[in-house]
Amino acid sequence: MWPRERKEDFCLQICLIFSCALPRADCHVSHDSHQTANSTTKNFPCCTCDLEPRQTTAAADGSACHSCMILNLRILSASAARVPCLSSLFSLCRAFFWLVSLLLASLIWFILVHLSDQGNARLQYGLLVFGAAVSVLLQEAFRFAYFKLLKKADEGLATISEDGRSPISLKQMAYVSGLSFGIISGVFSVINILADSIGPGIVGIHGDSPYYFITSAFLTMAVVLLHTFWGVIFFDACEKRRYWCLGLVVISHLVTSGLTFLNPWYVASLVPIYIITFCMGIWAFFTAGGSFHNILKCLSCKQEDDSRVMMYSALQVPFED
Amino acid sequence: GFFSSCEGNSVERKIYIPLNKTAPCVRLLNATHQIGCQSSISGDTGVIHVVEKEEDLNWVLADGPHPPYMILLDGNLFNRLVMQQLKGTSRVSGLAVSIAKPNPPQGFSPGLKCPNDGFGVYSKDYGPQYAHCNRTVWNPVGSGLSYEDFDFPIFLLEDANETQVIKQCYQDHNVPTDGSGPEYPLCAMQLFSHMHAVTSTVTCMRRNSIQNTFSINPETVCDPLLDYNVWSTLHPINSSEKVDPKKEFIMVATRIDSHSFFWNIAPGAESAVSSFVTHLAAAEALHKASDVHLLQRNIMFTFFQGETFDYIGSSRMVYDMEKDKFPLRLENIHSFVELNQVALRNGSILWMHTDPVSRLNKKLHIQNKKGGTVNSSVGANVTLQEVGFSQSLPPSSFQRFLRARHIPGVVLTDHQASFQNRYYQSMYDTPENIRMQYPEGLSPEETLEYVTDTAKSLAEVATVVARALYRLAGGANDTSAIQADPKTITQMLYGFLIKMNNSWFQSIIKPDLKGILGDDVPQHYVAVSSPVNTTYLVQYVLANLTGTVVNLTKEECLNPEKTPNAEKEMYDYAWVQGSLDPNSTSRVPYCVRSTVRLSKALSPAFELREWGSTEYSTWTESRWKEIRARIFLVASKELEIITLVVGIAILVFSLVATHFINAKADVLFSIPRDPGAVAY
Repeated sequence: MWPRERKEDFCLQICLIFSCALPRADCHVSHDSHQTANSTTKNFPCCTCDLEPRQTTAAADGSACHSCMILNLRILSASAARVPCLSSLFSLCRAFFWLVSLLLASLIWFILVHLSDQGNARLQYGLLVFGAAVSVLLQEAFRFAYFKLLKKADEGLATISEDGRSPISLKQMAYVSGLSFGIISGVFSVINILADSIGPGIVGIHGDSPYYFITSAFLTMAVVLLHTFWGVIFFDACEKRRYWCLGLVVISHLVTSGLTFLNPWYVASLVPIYIITFCMGIWAFFTAGGSFHNILKCLSCKQEDDSRVMMYSALQVPFED
Repeated sequence: GFFSSCEGNSVERKIYIPLNKTAPCVRLLNATHQIGCQSSISGDTGVIHVVEKEEDLNWVLADGPHPPYMILLDGNLFNRLVMQQLKGTSRVSGLAVSIAKPNPPQGFSPGLKCPNDGFGVYSKDYGPQYAHCNRTVWNPVGSGLSYEDFDFPIFLLEDANETQVIKQCYQDHNVPTDGSGPEYPLCAMQLFSHMHAVTSTVTCMRRNSIQNTFSINPETVCDPLLDYNVWSTLHPINSSEKVDPKKEFIMVATRIDSHSFFWNIAPGAESAVSSFVTHLAAAEALHKASDVHLLQRNIMFTFFQGETFDYIGSSRMVYDMEKDKFPLRLENIHSFVELNQVALRNGSILWMHTDPVSRLNKKLHIQNKKGGTVNSSVGANVTLQEVGFSQSLPPSSFQRFLRARHIPGVVLTDHQASFQNRYYQSMYDTPENIRMQYPEGLSPEETLEYVTDTAKSLAEVATVVARALYRLAGGANDTSAIQADPKTITQMLYGFLIKMNNSWFQSIIKPDLKGILGDDVPQHYVAVSSPVNTTYLVQYVLANLTGTVVNLTKEECLNPEKTPNAEKEMYDYAWVQGSLDPNSTSRVPYCVRSTVRLSKALSPAFELREWGSTEYSTWTESRWKEIRARIFLVASKELEIITLVVGIAILVFSLVATHFINAKADVLFSIPRDPGAVAY
């Protein structure tokens, strides 16, 4: 057990560290100038504890410091979403879900191929198309499953947190999950091609198009972006129970997958896919809360006051006396 | 997921066409030099250019706008002149040679004009006027290409279909349009043949010993060429003891290996196969004679390996004889008969070469011998004739024996002065070269049995040799019963030149060796892993032709030391798998007892650890990791740079955009309400 004075000093030191982690402009500095001369406390040059300096020495249980720490923690957690560890955890989880969906889809395709007549080329092509469709549906199903998981996690985190609100924001999670989904899907579709592009040769000796690598790269980019946008739209649709949005997402995924079967006629596959990407991008932007007004405001603004005001007003600290 | 290409590795299949039927040119080293070819460690790439006439070379050497080039050379242009031009330029990154069909009519030999010079008997101390082919150039067609050092890879395209694929790719993409260069993408080829050894045997053996001494996982860079000599005697001798010095032997010798510019391509029809097949037939004929056990001198039939590379086999045998490691000593050898290239006789003449320097000293012996051999040629369609007095011995194993001791001997060949063989030690020394022709439409079995004219001609030679040996060994009876069998000879020619995997060879080898009989054209290169297929087959054919079938079980045959009366030191026992029963799939194996043995053919330089020896052969072969070839299309540098720049630009743009959106996220995604509410 520490001696009381040491405990308070330590508490104040921690408080100081926390407070100084916040930007200066956010702080509300409050100290009585006429007390500083004969007080034994330190001035807190950065963030606020809003305490009378004399109270710090008198507080026997360190409750003033305790509340100071809570206040600073709250401020920090308000930008918790900027702390990367929570998001990356979720994105890894999401990537794993995509991998599982791919595994299931390929298992289904593999079994079907081996059960069927391997010599019949038309049948094999049909099975390939079917396999692609099954994979799309499985991916969307796993996306839905992940949404449910995230909802549960959200509720859980909310119950154990101090103020009843969970530290994660569903909108941000939608974006993160869509992005990780897109990244793992893109990685899987392009790594094989990248590995073979390291050698000295390009595709084409058997008559294929020599633009194979660059179109694969653009296709992968479209895939990554599409999955990100679909993630945002999907989660929002599930949240607000707009099932026609869900259906549209699934249909557009199927259409995109089907368009790739038009390769190597790259003009016919790549252009529509990019059109779909652009449309999905705009839809996701509006779903996430954007608007033209916001864009204009963003492009023309240098004002930072609004955000500060909003943040400040979010500080509803119950002071314990 | 996206299935834009099929499964797994199909992208690689879209890009590359591998060339499977190729033979590389590898690096060989001797005491002072390295010969052969070398590629970079990650292969050499170049734009393909087909050179079918001399004018096409100008594009490669000067005009072409996309160096370096990978040349597809027609076989007829693979000569010293063209190769000198290619060696001197940096615009050539490799060469692929297609076999000329039919054989180049003017002859083609990448060997030296004076083979094995400096390792024979003629030097400045002994017959200097004959040294370095001063009087007779043995191989006038020889360009010496095999003994040059190239710094780019050279491959042989054995399959005409693959050559056609490459030419088609060239036609589709690389043909210059109206004087200006062709447009990208261009057809290119990549050759991998990186060799680990450099400079000379001295350097690479020193590096080997450093690796073996200091490294936990030693990496050898080169291996000496080695194999086994096959030898057998007419009367059995005790191989574990030394032979009585008063016993006299007549040594009969041939070489069984050949070489060409490319690795493991050595058909050697005239240079090796014809001679050892004749030798085998003569051995068979002698063993069948009725009174062989009464002959006063023994005959030793020896088949030397590695003679192409400065007499590896014969120099080792001479060394072993001198050092008492061989049952015989040099004193036991009464005379020496060697067979060298006997298939291309002009008319009926078979030439006898003798050493002019020693002849002056040993006139008496030679007279006896000559008398014997000339007499015995009566009745056969062969005329033995001596070459002129002032001609030296051709390159032969006999020269190594002469270096050690003056032994009377002759070398029998079909050429009087220069070789009749215009494809000496090249890939064109094929059955066509020795005029082996089969009628159309025969099955493999029938082809095996069909007696060609070549076989008949060689049978005559073998008969003469056998009769001469009989006389030399002291036989006094009539020799007309000694006849070589053309049927055996034609079977041997088929097996050693066309297809090893035939029913006769299958029946005379050990059961666990049947994997060595491949369906490819047989090659007779000495190689570094021993024994090679040729050595095994010569051993088993000799055992079959000169041995006897004994009634032993498999156990007894495989363990003769436990069998009473087996006399393990006198004989060699082999359990062979026998021929196929006509109506079943099983074979009837049996035990063969013969006097056939193997003796190690590794140059004494490696035993004595004299890597820089000029006395003994020091040939080694470099090691390598991978050897392959493939063709594909290459894109222009501009397209590659554009792709890279576009990619980097998109990356930078996306990073900037993400940072911007992230920084302004609260502005962009805010729903405008009264400021009391929470933004997130």
